[in-house]
Amino acid sequence: MIQDDLVPQHRKLVSSYTLVDRIFRRVITTGGLFSLVILGLIGAFLLYRGFEIFSDFGFSFITGEVWNIGDPMDTSTAVLGIGAMLMGSVITSVIAILIAVPCAIAVALFIEFYSPRKVRLILTAVLDLVAAIPSVIFGIWGYAVLLPIIEDWSVPLERWLDFIPIFSVPSGIFGRSPFLAGVLLALMVIPIVTSVAREVYSQAPRDLIDASYALGGTRWGAIRNVVIPFGRSGLVGGAMLGLGRALGETVAVYLTLNLVFDINFRILGSAGGNVASLIATKFGEATEYELKALMAAGLVLFLVTLLVNFMASIVVNRSGKII
Amino acid sequence: MTTILDSLEVPTPRRPWNKKRQTFVRSAILICISLVISWVLSSTTELGGVLGFYFGLAVCLPVVVLIESIRHGRNVAIDRVASSVILAIFGAVVIPWISIVTTVYQKGSKAFHSGYLTTDMRVTASGDPLEFGGVLHAIVGTLILVLIASIISVPLGITAAIYVVEIKGRFASTVRFFTQAMSGVPSIVAGLFIYSTICVFFGGFSAWAGALAYTILMLPTVARTSEEVLKLVPDELRAASYALGASQARTVFQVVLPTIATGLVTSAILGIARVAGETAPLILTASYFVATSRNVSEPIASLPIYIFSSLGLGDANATTRAWGGSLVLLIVVFILFSLARGLSARLSRK
Repeated sequence: MIQDDLVPQHRKLVSSYTLVDRIFRRVITTGGLFSLVILGLIGAFLLYRGFEIFSDFGFSFITGEVWNIGDPMDTSTAVLGIGAMLMGSVITSVIAILIAVPCAIAVALFIEFYSPRKVRLILTAVLDLVAAIPSVIFGIWGYAVLLPIIEDWSVPLERWLDFIPIFSVPSGIFGRSPFLAGVLLALMVIPIVTSVAREVYSQAPRDLIDASYALGGTRWGAIRNVVIPFGRSGLVGGAMLGLGRALGETVAVYLTLNLVFDINFRILGSAGGNVASLIATKFGEATEYELKALMAAGLVLFLVTLLVNFMASIVVNRSGKII
Repeated sequence: MTTILDSLEVPTPRRPWNKKRQTFVRSAILICISLVISWVLSSTTELGGVLGFYFGLAVCLPVVVLIESIRHGRNVAIDRVASSVILAIFGAVVIPWISIVTTVYQKGSKAFHSGYLTTDMRVTASGDPLEFGGVLHAIVGTLILVLIASIISVPLGITAAIYVVEIKGRFASTVRFFTQAMSGVPSIVAGLFIYSTICVFFGGFSAWAGALAYTILMLPTVARTSEEVLKLVPDELRAASYALGASQARTVFQVVLPTIATGLVTSAILGIARVAGETAPLILTASYFVATSRNVSEPIASLPIYIFSSLGLGDANATTRAWGGSLVLLIVVFILFSLARGLSARLSRK
């Protein structure tokens, strides 16, 4: 009884936000959701502008190989399809990823496990720097330097591998081919994939690597059995980030690829396409109807890259690495 | 009197993990042999040129290493071949990077003359002799575009980061996820979106529209970098601030943000470096203008479009101008990057 008087009552703890904080949190939340809003708006506006195209052509807009506006006055004569360009985007990006991923693994391993500490710091900085080289510079370099080299190389490659359909070039014109664009895209994507791979590999459990050495394993043994399995999902995520970048690349592909409306698997021949460079090419002199088609093409490209990037961030996040 | 210990030879401690001089000599010899073989190959077969030589080297080196090391057993051989393959691929990747920088420097420096950075193309055609005209208009234009884009995207990006790290609201993981996804939006799609909204509604191309397209591309970079930086702030600081009775708003503005001010500057610079060279969105939004202009409701010049449009003309002088523009752009991007790196190094020392 007496104790009750002595011990003070529990003070009531209030843990609600003050008015200032409530306003602050509201404002920040609104700002934070801005990226969602923009993404939604991009999709909505492109769909709105391109809706007429989708309703006119339906699924054949995605699969069609012909891009013909017909009579500019009469939209019903137009036949528009981005199938060839979509396929071209996929072909160039796949070439890029097939080249870039092994290279990125090797460069990441070299930086993490083969180079001394000082060199590693420099190389990491260089990697960031190369990732920042604008695509227009890659494009101009690809056109001026890489084009003649790839052209020279395509000739013997075609002669030796003629029996494989994708390497045969009946037209005999090499030049601005999907292979060139793919190699250039690979060079652009390698820094991205490498920096993800390097980051993941650097987190490989040190004790397992040391254990591998202690058992008498070689350096390659440790890499092969510890580092590479550990970094697998991170690498897949990095590769998909690179794929997203390669799919959406415009200027570099515009400068190094001959736009031809024809689904073309002959990667050494001077004919190919890419949705992004289609938009850049046709935009200048497009009629109003064609412009709508370009919006629709942009929407398709947007959705495809969004899908790839979603999957990439899911995979990368699962591997525990934040990019 | 000799003890048994004296008669035993005490082995001197060795460090088998230290690289021996022998190793270097052996590697050097192997590389030399491969160099010779690949030189012979490239001069006798049609895979000529520097690239052919390098390709030959990349194939020869692992083979030579394999032949040399096979006598040490399978594991050692695999290890050494793997090392040589990794080295060869590393070289194959680095050589193009070096080539890009040196080519841009060699070809771009030819376009430079005393007034290159202080004149524009108002009275000069792209095909005119290289002593006339310059990139002033493009530099000013890029600066304006980047400035407007930063004014919009830096506060928004930091806000998104604060939302994720400080508020940790219901949508925090969603916002992070979508910011990541947004960084993958192709630049041409951003341009197309701005064109279909701003340019269509307000009639035609403008610097405004270009800057807004840049904003879309810059926002995710700023948001992600700021987020990383915000996470560096120790929780003790926040707790101390709350313990003194500060509200969350006060904690964020007077404790958290000042602590990492350099980091936020870094994130802004990285965002700028990311967009400064973007060409595709500007083709659809800001277009191009030959004179130095500060009018944001008109088309405006920019370095990437200067390069792009000079390149399309096919004239030798115009192409040289494009290389000159590339050199300026490359220098701008590299300076921005070194700045960002220097600042973040300072932050991490703190």
